[in-house]
Amino acid sequence: MSAPKTLYDKIWDAHLVSEDDDGTCLLYIDRHLVHEVTSPQAFEGLRLAGRAVRAPEKTIAVPDHNVPTTLDRAKGIENEESRIQVDALDKNARDFGVNYYPVSDVRQGIVHIVGPENGWTLPGMTVVCGDSHTATHGAFGALAHGIGTSEVEHVLATQTLIQSKSKNMKVEITGKLRPGVTAKDITLAVIGETGTAGGNGHVIEYCGEAIRALSMEGRMTVCNMAIEGGARAGLIAPDETTFEYVKGRAHAPKGAQWDAAMSWWKTLFTDEGAHFDKVVTLRGEDIAPVVTWGTSPEDVLPISENVPSTEDFTGGKVEAVRRSLEYMDLTPGMKLEDIKIDVVFIGSCTNGRIEDLRAAAAVLKDRKIADGVRAMVVPGSGLVRAQAEEEGLDKIFLDAGLEWRMAGCSMCLAMNPDQLAPGERCASTSNRNFEGRQGRGGRTHLMSPAMAAAAAVTGHLTDVRKFMELEDA
Amino acid sequence: MDKFEKVTGVAAPMPLVNIDTDMIIPKNFLKTIKRTGLGVHAFAEMRYDDAGNENPDFVLNKDKYRAAQILVVGDNFGCGSSREHAPWALADYGIKAIVSTSYADIFYNNCFKNGMLPIVLPREQVDMLMSDAEKGSNARMTVDLEAQEITTSDGEVITFQIDPFKKHCLLEGLDDIGLTLNKEASIDAFETQASQSRPWV
Ligand code: SF4
Repeated sequence: MSAPKTLYDKIWDAHLVSEDDDGTCLLYIDRHLVHEVTSPQAFEGLRLAGRAVRAPEKTIAVPDHNVPTTLDRAKGIENEESRIQVDALDKNARDFGVNYYPVSDVRQGIVHIVGPENGWTLPGMTVVCGDSHTATHGAFGALAHGIGTSEVEHVLATQTLIQSKSKNMKVEITGKLRPGVTAKDITLAVIGETGTAGGNGHVIEYCGEAIRALSMEGRMTVCNMAIEGGARAGLIAPDETTFEYVKGRAHAPKGAQWDAAMSWWKTLFTDEGAHFDKVVTLRGEDIAPVVTWGTSPEDVLPISENVPSTEDFTGGKVEAVRRSLEYMDLTPGMKLEDIKIDVVFIGSCTNGRIEDLRAAAAVLKDRKIADGVRAMVVPGSGLVRAQAEEEGLDKIFLDAGLEWRMAGCSMCLAMNPDQLAPGERCASTSNRNFEGRQGRGGRTHLMSPAMAAAAAVTGHLTDVRKFMELEDA
Repeated sequence: MDKFEKVTGVAAPMPLVNIDTDMIIPKNFLKTIKRTGLGVHAFAEMRYDDAGNENPDFVLNKDKYRAAQILVVGDNFGCGSSREHAPWALADYGIKAIVSTSYADIFYNNCFKNGMLPIVLPREQVDMLMSDAEKGSNARMTVDLEAQEITTSDGEVITFQIDPFKKHCLLEGLDDIGLTLNKEASIDAFETQASQSRPWV
């Protein structure tokens, strides 16, 4: 009998094209997702070398980072450089014959939402994209990770990637989550525990009762931020929840092919006794709704706590914390709940799916956002937007005073006009709180959609559980 | 790609931990459709003020470090996004080698695709090289890839480890795609077999 394998080992082995004596491997890539920012130089490289795309039918392109999210966006992109980048993707997709969702297509959206939604992402696949949040697709039990532009060109030309194998890491969340605690809180709490370099060189498999209980949307939120923990990829073994989500999607297998796929997918789990190089365990009951206070995703604390001071840290982190506190304009010791916000952003590939919008709407129903707060909801795709409108969520947002926008990356990284002004502070459902991420001089606090909605109502960071108690009373 | 052999030059110290890709190249410079010309924007938000003037406190704005070819940096350098614009900007600035205790995976791989050598060393040795870099332009370090050695300004020699395949590609300036296309028969064979075993893909 062969040695017990992890889920990562199994997917890796099923995609190994060749292995050299020095351990360098060639890995076959099943799905290649492409967006406009990291691909122009790769397509240019193909043209210069006279090469074709080896498997255009396995390549899916969609513009997301630069696209406007205003309702009148059909009239075109104002910023010249953004327009050139999106036009370049239009042309490259056409010239090389890859699958394409242009801005005008209702299925357009953030690449990591579009892939799963249309059934391109399936269990057991290898999925890559010139984008670090490709980790999202690991929620299906697919080995999915970000690559650089040179690697994008390599995959376009060869449908393979030169790789060396990562180590195995297990992150187990035991037990049940408490009310008001979501997938976003899990993933932030894990990074708070491991640090942003804790997963370096590893592929994380998330497991345990609390992970099993999550919907596919929640699992995607968890895997999305594996990269913020430094991991090469995040994985969750597929189960009934996964199969249920995949079944019937446009590009999912049908009929006899579905049966064949299912019989393989059901073998995709970590064998009893398989070896993990690193194990982290958190109790679901111990996780609280969290927010970030600093400029690194590891700067996480439960909302009930206070802003830390440099004295709470050691080594190189001391200087980083000093810089963070100055940038974020926070005083050590102040209550996190006393931090006032100017802007609320609900969206991104972390939290721009239907379940996220439902969670935000549940808090915002029959309420108004605080005076002086600007808040926007940016659905992750045109299909999410349509679904939300069918459920009447758009009305809840508009009645509460939020903007209801078209799909795209938007203020997650502010490459389009959706940006923070210098000094503005944002409660954001995105994944990065780096300096300047949401606009030069802008300040970001990461949190779940329900927490962002609560902050919109009160005008400061707020424990969403207080809203829930109100409802119970 | 240019071959990497040996670099002797000034090393700039950047002890801050978790320098992320947004700090190395902010997103407003990602709108280019070219690989070149990003050097002037490297570290833009730390390097320039709002009016676009140089911030005199930033290390690469100090005369003694302007011509730096080596960076000695804090832990977990290059974390964040997959943007290859980060190594493009550093390479375009003239950086040839980086020394740290650790890098983010994608950034690390991206360096090699652009003829740049990221070196991983234990903390004591990084600290030692950081102090050496703090001596400024009189202190020139040598990074010798063939020998896998760094020589400090005092003549002290530190050896480093590197994956043999990556070393070979850097030394020869090899293009990965060309190398992989030599294995096209294996890729064809894999596809044929996969179309039987996983026809739904
Ligand atoms: S939503 Fe944000 S993190 Fe996700 S792909 Fe877009 S820019 Fe990247």
